[in-house]
Amino acid sequence: MNSGLVREFEKLLGPSSVLYRPEDLLLYEYDGSIEKGRPNLVVFPDSAEDVSRIVKLAALHNLPVVGRGAGTGLSGGALARTGGVMLVFARMNRILELDVENQRAVVQPGVVNYELTCAAEPHDLYFAPDPSSWKSCTIGGNVAENAGGPHTLACGVTTNHVTALELVLPDSEIVRVGSKQGDAPDYDLTGLFVGSEGTLALVTEITVKLSRKPEAVKTLLAIFDSVDDAADTVVDITARAITPAACEMLDGWTLRTVEDYIHAGFPMDSAAVLLIEVEGLSETVAAQAAAITEVCSTHHAREVRVARDDAERDLLWKGRKNAFGALGRLAPSNYVLDGVIPRSKLPQALRRIQQIGDRYGFQIGNIFHAGDGNLHPIVLYDPRDTAQFERALKASAEIIRYCVEIGGALTGEHGVGMEKSELMPLLFSDADFDLMRRVHDAFNPDSSLNPGKIFPLSKGCGEIRIRKQSGSPPVTSPSGNHK
Amino acid sequence: MNVSSTNIAVRLESVIGSSRVAIDPAACSNYAIYEIIPSAVVKPASSEEVAEIVRLAALEKLAVIPCGARTKLRIGTPPSRYDIALDMTALNQIVHYDPGDLTLSAGAGTPIAKLNATLFEHHQFLPLLVPWYSLSTIGGTIASGIDSPLRQFYGTARDFLIGAEFIEGTGKHCKSGGRVVKNVTGYDLHKLLVSSLGTLAVITHLNFRTFPAPIAGSRGFVASFPDAEGTLALRRAIAQSPLTPLTLDIVNPGLAQIFATQTPAMPETAVFADEKRNTTPSSLSPIGDWFHPHQWQLCAAFAGTPEVLDRYTRDLTGLAAESRATSATMLDDTSRPSLWGRLRESLCMLLEASPTTTIFKLSVLPTQFAALFANLQQIADRAGFPHALVARAGGTLYFALLPNSTNDETIARLTQSTAQIFDAGCAFNGDATLLFAPPSFNKPLNNWRDFPLKRASVPAVGTSAPSKLQRHPSASSQLFSLKPSFSNRLKSAFDPQNIFAPGRVL
Repeated sequence: MNSGLVREFEKLLGPSSVLYRPEDLLLYEYDGSIEKGRPNLVVFPDSAEDVSRIVKLAALHNLPVVGRGAGTGLSGGALARTGGVMLVFARMNRILELDVENQRAVVQPGVVNYELTCAAEPHDLYFAPDPSSWKSCTIGGNVAENAGGPHTLACGVTTNHVTALELVLPDSEIVRVGSKQGDAPDYDLTGLFVGSEGTLALVTEITVKLSRKPEAVKTLLAIFDSVDDAADTVVDITARAITPAACEMLDGWTLRTVEDYIHAGFPMDSAAVLLIEVEGLSETVAAQAAAITEVCSTHHAREVRVARDDAERDLLWKGRKNAFGALGRLAPSNYVLDGVIPRSKLPQALRRIQQIGDRYGFQIGNIFHAGDGNLHPIVLYDPRDTAQFERALKASAEIIRYCVEIGGALTGEHGVGMEKSELMPLLFSDADFDLMRRVHDAFNPDSSLNPGKIFPLSKGCGEIRIRKQSGSPPVTSPSGNHK
Repeated sequence: MNVSSTNIAVRLESVIGSSRVAIDPAACSNYAIYEIIPSAVVKPASSEEVAEIVRLAALEKLAVIPCGARTKLRIGTPPSRYDIALDMTALNQIVHYDPGDLTLSAGAGTPIAKLNATLFEHHQFLPLLVPWYSLSTIGGTIASGIDSPLRQFYGTARDFLIGAEFIEGTGKHCKSGGRVVKNVTGYDLHKLLVSSLGTLAVITHLNFRTFPAPIAGSRGFVASFPDAEGTLALRRAIAQSPLTPLTLDIVNPGLAQIFATQTPAMPETAVFADEKRNTTPSSLSPIGDWFHPHQWQLCAAFAGTPEVLDRYTRDLTGLAAESRATSATMLDDTSRPSLWGRLRESLCMLLEASPTTTIFKLSVLPTQFAALFANLQQIADRAGFPHALVARAGGTLYFALLPNSTNDETIARLTQSTAQIFDAGCAFNGDATLLFAPPSFNKPLNNWRDFPLKRASVPAVGTSAPSKLQRHPSASSQLFSLKPSFSNRLKSAFDPQNIFAPGRVL
């Protein structure tokens, strides 16, 4: 990195807000995915004005700018694919306003998801989207990726809970879209920016809805001797017009791994469990829990346990939310997929995933949001074994292709990022890309914000890009790192 | 019709056949928007035909305005150009419906009522309880951005529209989203179509998440109050309770009197469940004597098992008493539709109530309701106009001025009130939109464009931020700075030649 440039950024933000030494940059070259991309410079803005100034200075030097929250993303969305300036929102972590009466909060992008819920809790309110990484991921990142989570089945994902944004555009202008109450009389720009993966603008302030905590919650653990039975149960719950607050599935192999590590009380000898939560009025919850128990029994559940208290409930959820960590004990690396399928196709999809795993020689674990058809197959592999790694990617691509074939999508909540950009042609035509590109260019005409994301770099269809295995230095052109 | 437009008609006919192109003035005047009449009406039967028509229009720079049942074409500014009315009602097929997945895809011209009839067979529905319900198409509903009382529980269309197919401004077929309920693959372009008034693209198909119909049982609840304060106290109490009603609306005496005296010629189709009454007659039943038309009303609907219904009945009755309601009535499935049908059809009842009905949509935070209600009432009283108001409890309200004359003096007073209502929206940190204006409104004055029809305000500031939280200077006083160029850029991305509904939004 050119030292003159470093000095310019230090002059702008102060020396404690700029990182440039290789050993520091190393920490910012990865996220929760298997991708890598090292920035030339990492900066920590304090305000929207800082962000605007950074964008201006970066543009002066032709450096791309990439926003980043906590770096927990699972698609390489917050990686500097083509180098440049990484803008980390860690210091913009203030809850600016908690409007209890109107159930709104105004937050900076670096506020951790769980912290907002904690701040709202004394008022019996909470922030509904709850990704598994909620104790570390930031709301800015949630907005960029339109994050989901187990409890979005009934409550909706991030976009359903955001009413206004303050943004810094690539030309350094600070603008606001939406309104605090929602329903602003303009094009739904808030709806466009949420989930745009940092490719249109940098979000510097977010107004979100807060939800009222339900009066009653019941958490059920349904234990099955066959994956098919568990999958059929999910289909049937949906078909019977019951919408649980959450409906998660863990297959037997995964839950044994989790149980070894977390001791959540999952039965070691079962083929699959469903973790189902219902919430609302106590009368509603009682009726829904009874109906769900009946559906589970119809599909041969061995047992349906109801969490007796908050401690037991928390333990079950700890097992679910920390599952990926538990799997980390089995192999040096794992690859978490994020396909979505129509819910009625769940049983056949799980069988197909098993077949694909067998064919490529992988044990593929499944722990996922069954209620909305959002699969998270996990492929365990050793990245040092190149042949195995390539097989892992091939198996993964096959699973995702199958999801699309049966009417699904590439990603339910993790985003396209750089991980799935080459798979996009499975779903979108040239005309679709052309329009998306024009919308992109309307805000980010020079691709100076988060380049190399969402859009496929090549015309080739359906290959997961194989990244370089070593920590490669940042490349300078968007097409440089593509094979 | 000039020579070149006759030419265009011939070319349109070569695309989709002469039986689906009309150029005679009588046919075209049925598609007028504020007395602006198109040169041709075209009724495509497939998205391929739509694409061809758009390509032709792009080539000849003809202005195209898509429409469905034409019930809400008056929303938006009058078009600056209007050559072709694109009647989308032939795209009226449900192309995909999997009840087990609770997802549905249908042509833009599909009537909501038809769609819900299919969904009800599977005890599901689409929570779009919109005005002109029995006529409205899903395309028109999405493009107009009209909401429904059910938004209280289900949200607005943006919350359950999961994908769309459409023709962009160069005649290419595009899509966004998909048919799964959770999806972050690509930009959510379909969300932009909501409220776009046909200015971005011609919608050909829409994909929705469907919902289980509240079949276990449902009830309505109406509490009456001598003043607005009572309804607001009850609204607040319900918002802070664990209750989650399906609808929650406040109706002022002006609207209550219209409800009590008018019987809209709207079929009593299902209100929000597959009620047994949905096969019955062509107009709503008169409202019962349990309704107090000279008072403010809070109307809530709720659904569930008998135990849940009992709980709502108990809690709502108690909360109404605490808020000093003068009466509180529970309505069953036979009496409820007469009121909820009217709530659904509020806007069309208002339009029929006066020759110069002017309807505004305002969005504010619920804590601003009391002051805004008072302000709006003052504006109407000062101008001497009867007025009516319905407020959805989440913060969106419809306010109508109902002058009983059409003369120039009335129009002048309307103009004055309009400016004041826009100011009120701003003063309460909200947004105000002129939704429906009388046809004569722009003509004698010729200053329609003097009004910013959509006026954004300063960003809202909370009223109850705990002091321990740091406040950020930019969160409070900075002016809303959404430049028109921002929307313009988006419009150009979709419609580079500005052929779609020019002038209606921008």
